[in-house]
Amino acid sequence: MSWFKRTEKGITTPTSEKKDTPDGLWYKTPSGKIILTKDLKANHYVCPDDSYHVKIGSKEYFEILFDENEFTELDADMVSEDMLKFVDSKPYNKRLEATQLKTSLKDAIRTAYGKMNESPLVVACMDFEFIGGSMGSVVGEKIARAIDHARLTRTPILIISRSGGARMMESSFSLMQMAKTSAKLALLSEEKVPYISLLTDPTTGGVTASFAMIGDFNIAEPQALIGFAGPRVIRETIGKDLPKDFQTAEFVQEHGFLDFIVDRRKLKSTLTSLLKMLK
Amino acid sequence: MILDFEKPIVELETKLAELKQLLYQGSKIDVSETVSLLEKKIQTLKKDTYKNLTRWQKVQLARHPERPYTLDYLEKMTTDFIELHGDRTVGDDKAMVGGFATIDDQTFMIIGQQKGRNTKQRQYRNFGMPNPEGYRKALRLMKMAEKFGKPIVTLIDTPGAFPGIEAEERGQGEAIARNIKEMFMLKVPVICIIIGEGASGGALGIAIGDRVLMLENTWYSVISPESCSSILWRSWDYKEQAADALKLTANDMLSLNLIDGIIEEPLGGAHKDADAMVEKLKEVILKTFKELEEIPAEIRISQRIDKFSAMGRVKE
Repeated sequence: MSWFKRTEKGITTPTSEKKDTPDGLWYKTPSGKIILTKDLKANHYVCPDDSYHVKIGSKEYFEILFDENEFTELDADMVSEDMLKFVDSKPYNKRLEATQLKTSLKDAIRTAYGKMNESPLVVACMDFEFIGGSMGSVVGEKIARAIDHARLTRTPILIISRSGGARMMESSFSLMQMAKTSAKLALLSEEKVPYISLLTDPTTGGVTASFAMIGDFNIAEPQALIGFAGPRVIRETIGKDLPKDFQTAEFVQEHGFLDFIVDRRKLKSTLTSLLKMLK
Repeated sequence: MILDFEKPIVELETKLAELKQLLYQGSKIDVSETVSLLEKKIQTLKKDTYKNLTRWQKVQLARHPERPYTLDYLEKMTTDFIELHGDRTVGDDKAMVGGFATIDDQTFMIIGQQKGRNTKQRQYRNFGMPNPEGYRKALRLMKMAEKFGKPIVTLIDTPGAFPGIEAEERGQGEAIARNIKEMFMLKVPVICIIIGEGASGGALGIAIGDRVLMLENTWYSVISPESCSSILWRSWDYKEQAADALKLTANDMLSLNLIDGIIEEPLGGAHKDADAMVEKLKEVILKTFKELEEIPAEIRISQRIDKFSAMGRVKE
């Protein structure tokens, strides 16, 4: 017999009501710096000692960007339909349910509109913790509708990417989201509404090969991994070690594919200045 | 090359050839009845085999080394093909070919990935895996076709865009993304045909069209069955399950409304009768072009955008 017994069975607190990410009182960066999570949050989830950008999701980015964290979410209840009845190590619909429960998210993206320093802005922000930020029908459709919203209201749009690429469990439906999002961006372009693409750590695969790389402005966070093929695939294909700093934001900027790299602490002010000049 | 599931057919064909040999040699035993019986049996077996292929078997046919490639179609289907090289920036990608060509007095811009037939050619063509400059060459040629008001046909046959260091340095993702976006706005008719393998972004980079068609024994999906197996099952051994799960055949893609039509192949695959395949493709291209030509450009563009925008399944 155990010394004490839990009276309530099962813990049902959703992640959103638990402690803020990152969990715990302290946070340790990869270089070993330790910071109070409270201070980390106040510092836009950037470690003041080594400028390490902690990986965050839509909740945190909305907090950082929208004035007083006020925004209207678009298509908040949209979920994926397991059209193909895809089964790998477990059925896709079970995987979806489990992930929704674990993360309190509906899918790998949230879209919203609100004000950034008093100017209207549409933001679509990916959540990596939802099946690796993979792009399936929901991600594609929500981005498409957010772009439509931006076009029809003539509001600048910011898409924050953080994704491993396509969601294999949606197979070709997933592939065609690359086409759908790019089609909507082509229409947005015609209307001359600004589109800023922010690439964060990591952005690869079908996301890089569609909406993430064709912003009017392609910008990134420091040290973010950005590429089409993942480093492992490239290493296996060519059978050689990869150069140091390969596929970092700095590398990608050096090769001409990013307009600039922005420290998260200056993200809001930089975007505000940039968009002001386009008015 | 004989695929595993074709072996029973080949065995019967070998037996038939032996019997015919006996006939010619004037054998005293009358084998003519056996010969005609065997011929019938082979026909039935062929039909049974090729009409009931599994998804993985279709993938094997799509990769058959004797299948006609882009340049074979260009050579046999068109007159006056003039190949146009280079992306005007970095170089000329041998895995992507294209140029103006004539089919029955109509000029087309025809662009496609190109694979090689032997080891040397395969290396030269980088196994049909374009680098960014291949996609940029394709876009340059498409823009030129638009400028001169000529319709575009793309022939898709790639195991994927090349995953290499230089490809990343030169922006593989950007090149594919730009092509996808720009292809939506092309004012001329665009017909895209999967003639072999349609692997992911590397295929999609030249596959945004008013009509997207697949040859009967080809595959088109977000990932190859092997890579899917290695990622989701963490082993290369589940490629057949992966092929089934991905629903990557022409039939699958049509029933999911992700393509516009299927082009029938000769029995046993395009390579079994390349001339017939070429004729068929030519017929389909001309017919499809005639339909598209009638539609005003702005309507064609908005239909193209609407079609791809409707792809995906969500619940609200």
